[in-house]
Amino acid sequence: MSTIRVLVGTRKGGFILTSDGKRARWSVDGPHFGGWEIYHMKGSPVDPGRLYASQCSGWFGQLIQRSNDGGRSWEPVGNAFAYDGIPGTHQWYDGKPHPWEFKRVWHLEPSLTDPDAVYAGVEDAALFRSTDGGREWQELSGLRSHGSGPRWQPGAGGMCLHTILLDPVSPGRIFVAISAAGAFRTDDGGTTWRPINRGLRSEYIPDPAAEVGHCVHRIAMHPSRPQVLFMQKHWDVMRSDDAGESWREVSGNLPSDFGFPIEVHAHEPETIYVVPIKSDSEHYPPDGKLRVYRSRVGGNEWEALTEGLPQRDCFVNVLRDAMAVDSLDPCGVYFGTTGGQVYASADGGNAWSPIVRDLPAVLSVEVQTLP
Amino acid sequence: MIHVVLPAHLRTLAGVNGTVALEIKGPPTQRALLNAIEDAYPMLCGTIRERSTQQRRAFVRFFACGQDVSHESQDDPLPEAVAEGREPFLIIGAIAGG
Repeated sequence: MSTIRVLVGTRKGGFILTSDGKRARWSVDGPHFGGWEIYHMKGSPVDPGRLYASQCSGWFGQLIQRSNDGGRSWEPVGNAFAYDGIPGTHQWYDGKPHPWEFKRVWHLEPSLTDPDAVYAGVEDAALFRSTDGGREWQELSGLRSHGSGPRWQPGAGGMCLHTILLDPVSPGRIFVAISAAGAFRTDDGGTTWRPINRGLRSEYIPDPAAEVGHCVHRIAMHPSRPQVLFMQKHWDVMRSDDAGESWREVSGNLPSDFGFPIEVHAHEPETIYVVPIKSDSEHYPPDGKLRVYRSRVGGNEWEALTEGLPQRDCFVNVLRDAMAVDSLDPCGVYFGTTGGQVYASADGGNAWSPIVRDLPAVLSVEVQTLP
Repeated sequence: MIHVVLPAHLRTLAGVNGTVALEIKGPPTQRALLNAIEDAYPMLCGTIRERSTQQRRAFVRFFACGQDVSHESQDDPLPEAVAEGREPFLIIGAIAGG
């Protein structure tokens, strides 16, 4: 029977939750790196024992940890994230130029083909790549230097590159998303980049339809259909059917189209999940009811999934990297909250139950389906 | 030998218990000591000093002989008692928060 391994990054350490394919009984291992912020942990798709973790603290900075045995043991690898050449400036909150300064790694995306190759999305926004298992990191500086970089501006959470999607069909194609710059695509493995934000509309910036400046919160794709992208933006849930060349809104009947995560069902490319929260200044569910919303038709028509989730007095948030799916059938869906709960559904979202209730605030959730 | 007390998180990271003893070649300065720490424990690179500037991280403090020496030049000699191993060099995570 398959094993499910859920990698949970929290404000105070990393946790590994394990179950068999029934997904009914779970073991909880951790905290790993207790006391440190674990922004993200993710496993290699070609070597599930190979995990990478982003470990950081306000006191001691950034570390990258690597495991070769599924998280039983870890070793620190390289943490030198040096911007390529003269870093230059982006816009600060007041619109003035501000030098690029490395702060932390938000997201680690292992290669689809090589366990030693891994991408890192960092704050201040840039994309780095390692080809030696995380020991050395090189910036893919064409992203920052393609032209719009000096106009990027941080969102409230910092100017972070938080989403990295590797196209399984076109190996040179990578999508990234940056708060608050927008979405970008390369078709040549990271040498050249361009913004892909046509159709996004953000009323909170001077030109609502600007080429860059949109606060994209998360992008998701189904690996069988990488030209179709789903986006949770600061406001608005969006969809692209042409690899980001154009976007259209699919918020439909959501009670709020503000949120952070968005995820796609493992076997149904038109089934997507979001977790609406009330507003940009009230980061909690509307009406105190924690509801995952599912669309089975790629957006616009949404149904509330509530069974097993608190439907009163609930004021937690679900952060952008804190939702994931497994690849079993039926598909498992998982998310973690700022209140420290990790919820799982073993039936595509129909019913939920908590795996754990009292972890530190959850920053990220990733799932490995092991044979 | 110079004795260094690391904060708990960095002891865990370096895999050491208690005080770290280090031999310094050349004049015993703060910079030479920090270089020796990072040479002996490469996983600590970037955790005490910023990678890019080699300056002390903002929330890390240095104490020696009961004095806060965080703002001393990295090239000033260490206090004699530290250089001779009679007093430890303390690296502290600053108290921050509410």
